[in-house]
Amino acid sequence: MRLKNLPDHLLAGKTQTHLISSSPAKQLPFASFNPKFSLVSKKSTEPTGAAAESQMPAVSLHAKAPANAKLSAEQRIELYRKMVRIRRFEERCLPVYNSGKIGGFLHLYIGQEAVAVGACSLMGKDDHVITAYRDHGHAIAVGMDTKPLMAELYGKITGCSKGKGGSMHYFAPDLNYWGGHGIVGGQIPLGTGLAYAVKYQGKKGAAMAFMGDGAVNQGAVHEAYNLAALWDLPVLFVIENNGYSMGTSQERSSAGGLAERASAYDMKFYICGGHDVYEVRATLDAALTRAREESKPAVVEIDTYRYRGHSVADPDKTYRDRAEIEDYRKTKDPIQVFQNQLVLEKVLTPALIEEIDAAARAESERAVEFAEASPFPTIADIQRDVYWETDQPKRTSEGRIFFNLP
Amino acid sequence: MPVLTYREAIRAALSEEIERDPNVVIMGEEVAQFNGAYKVTEGMLEKYGPKRIVDTPISEAGFIGMGIGASMLGIRPVMELMFWSFYSVAFDQIVNNAANVRYMSGGQIACPIVIRGPANGGTNVGATHSHTVENILAHHPGLKVVVPSNAADAKALMKTAIRDNDPVMFLENTILYGEKGEVPEGDITLPFGRAAIARTGKDLTIVTYGRCVLHSLAAAETLRASKGFDIEIIDLRTIRPLDVDTILRSVAKTHRLLIVEEQRPYCSIGSHIAAIVQEEAFDELDAPILRVGTVDAPSIYSPPVEKQQIPNVDRVIAGILRLL
Repeated sequence: MRLKNLPDHLLAGKTQTHLISSSPAKQLPFASFNPKFSLVSKKSTEPTGAAAESQMPAVSLHAKAPANAKLSAEQRIELYRKMVRIRRFEERCLPVYNSGKIGGFLHLYIGQEAVAVGACSLMGKDDHVITAYRDHGHAIAVGMDTKPLMAELYGKITGCSKGKGGSMHYFAPDLNYWGGHGIVGGQIPLGTGLAYAVKYQGKKGAAMAFMGDGAVNQGAVHEAYNLAALWDLPVLFVIENNGYSMGTSQERSSAGGLAERASAYDMKFYICGGHDVYEVRATLDAALTRAREESKPAVVEIDTYRYRGHSVADPDKTYRDRAEIEDYRKTKDPIQVFQNQLVLEKVLTPALIEEIDAAARAESERAVEFAEASPFPTIADIQRDVYWETDQPKRTSEGRIFFNLP
Repeated sequence: MPVLTYREAIRAALSEEIERDPNVVIMGEEVAQFNGAYKVTEGMLEKYGPKRIVDTPISEAGFIGMGIGASMLGIRPVMELMFWSFYSVAFDQIVNNAANVRYMSGGQIACPIVIRGPANGGTNVGATHSHTVENILAHHPGLKVVVPSNAADAKALMKTAIRDNDPVMFLENTILYGEKGEVPEGDITLPFGRAAIARTGKDLTIVTYGRCVLHSLAAAETLRASKGFDIEIIDLRTIRPLDVDTILRSVAKTHRLLIVEEQRPYCSIGSHIAAIVQEEAFDELDAPILRVGTVDAPSIYSPPVEKQQIPNVDRVIAGILRLL
C-alpha cells in the first residue's frame, strides 16, 4: 500500500494496523453487516474469533489519548452513532440515485466516516469547517439534519441549500460549516480566510479546511499554505488521503509525500490513520489545540479509503483491484473497528448495536420520505438567493440587476 | 468644494470607511509599506497600522480567496488587484466562490468583499496588463460591477461598495488617477444603478462609462462648436446593476444611440445595451445603434498605435458623425 513509500520516521506513532497483511478474513464487514453477528458473539461461539481479531484490531492504541480518555460512554456511543448514520444515509442515496431522482454527481464518503466524525467532534464554538464536494459526512458530523440533506439531493426547496446546491454544495453556517465546494482545492483559500477572520476578531478558534489527496497539486492550495504560515493563521489543512484523485492513484499524480510539502512553508505536519476514530481525534486534538492556543497552521494528512468510485458515475473498474477494496473492508472498516473497540470497552452491547443501526436505517427512510413529499423550487426561486440585497424586503441599489429576456 | 484627484478621492473613501467600521481591512500587493503601486493607499499604513492595511504576497488566488472566506465571517476586506488584468489567476475564487457561495448555500451566506484596482488600456503595457474585464465580471450574477469616471463618483461609490453586503468589483483606471474634480465633503454615498447625465442634449445619446466619459464630453464640445450638435451623455457609473430607465428615457428623447466603451466589440457591455434598447425601445430609434470600442485584437504595445486601438476623441467624433 502507499504508506510503505513513507520514510520510517513518518510511520512512527502510526498504529500497526497500517501494515497488516491482506490474508482472507472471516469477519463480515460492516457494509454488509448484520448486527446480530457481532464480534462478541463470534468470539464466544466460533474458534475463528482469534483470527478475525488479528485482522481487525480491537484495541485502539489511541484510546488513552487525552482527547479520548475523557469521553463519557454516551459521547463514545455518539461518535459511533454518527458514523453509522453517515453510512446508512449514503447507502440509502444509492438506490435513489439509480432511480433517477438525484441528478448530477454523487460522491460517496463510505469508508471515510471516522475522519469527519472524529474531526468535527472536536469543534468548539469558534472552530469552523469547510470541505470539498465529498461533503455528506462532514454535514452529518457537524450536526445537520439528514432530512434537508436528502431533500437537497432531490433538488427540493426544503433542501439545506433550497435545491440550489446539490450534493456537492451542502452548507450550514449556523453550525460553522461553510460547505461543500465543487472545484478541487478552491475551498482551501476560503478556509484560510475563515481562520483569518477568527484571528482578526480576536477569537480563540481554528478552521479545518478539508481536501482530498488530489487537491494538493492545485496552486490555490499552495498559495493558502504560504499565507497561513506567513501570517500564523489558525488553520488546519486536512488532507483526506483516500489514495485516488478520481481514478488516478497518488503514485501517478503526486511527486513525493503530501503532508511533507508543509515543510517547504515551515509548517508542522501530522500523518495519521483514518480508520480509527480515536486516532483521528488524538491527532487533530493536538493540532487544533496548537492552532487555537498558538495561532499556528498545520497540515494533517489522514490515511483513509473510499469503497465506492470517485462518484457514482465512476464504474470503478479501471484503476484499482477489487481485492484492495475487500482488504480495507475486512481489516480497517472504520465503523467495524470502532464497534469492536466499544464492545471491548463494554460501552456497546449487541442490543445497542442493533438499535443504533435500526435507528439509522429508519432515519434515512424518513429522510427519503421527507424529500419525496417536498416540493421543488419554483421558476421564481431561480433568481432568489443570488444577491443579499435582492433577498431583502427593500433593495439598496437602483436599476436593473437581473437581465431577463422579454 | 474641495478638489481632489480620483486617486485621492478613493483614498478618502477607504480612510473614512476604515475609521467607521472596525471590520474593514485593506489588502493587496504593495498597498502598505510601498504606499500602493499607484499610490492609492499612500500614507494609510502609517495612519491605520498593519492590522488594517495589509501587504500580501504576489498570490492573487490565495489572498482573494482568503478575503472571500473572511468576508463570510463578517470581515469587510477591500482587496486591491494591482491591475484587474491579474484577476485571471484568481478567477476561480471570484466567479465560483464570491459570485456563487450565497446561491449555492440557498442564501445562507453573505460575501461583503470589495475587489478594486485599475482596468484599462492606453498605458503601453501590452496585452497581459490591459484587460478591461467589466463584461466578463458582469456576466456573473452574484457580482456587482462599478466603473466610476470621476473623483466625486469614485469616492461615493467606494463608500457604497464597502457597505454593500454583496461582492463588489470596483474598476478604476490608471489614466484617471491624476484627474481632478470637485468632491463634496461629508459622508456622501451613491446608490448603485443610478446613472449620471453628464451632459444634456437632444440630438443624440451617448451611453458610456469610465474614461470614455471624458472622450465623449470632449467630442460633444468639439461638435457643438463646429456643427452645433446637441449631444446627451449618460455616464453609467455601474454596469451591474444597470440604469436601464435613464438610457431608455434619453433614447426616447434623442432617437439616436451611440455606445462608447473601452471594450472589444464582441460580447461587450455595449452589445448587451444595444440588445436591451432594440428590445424595449425599437420604435424610438431613427437610426441603427452604433458602437465605438476597442479594435478587436489583443492590446498592442506600440504607443502611438495603442492610442488608435482604444476609443479616443477622434474616434468618438467619427462615431457621432455616422449618426448625425
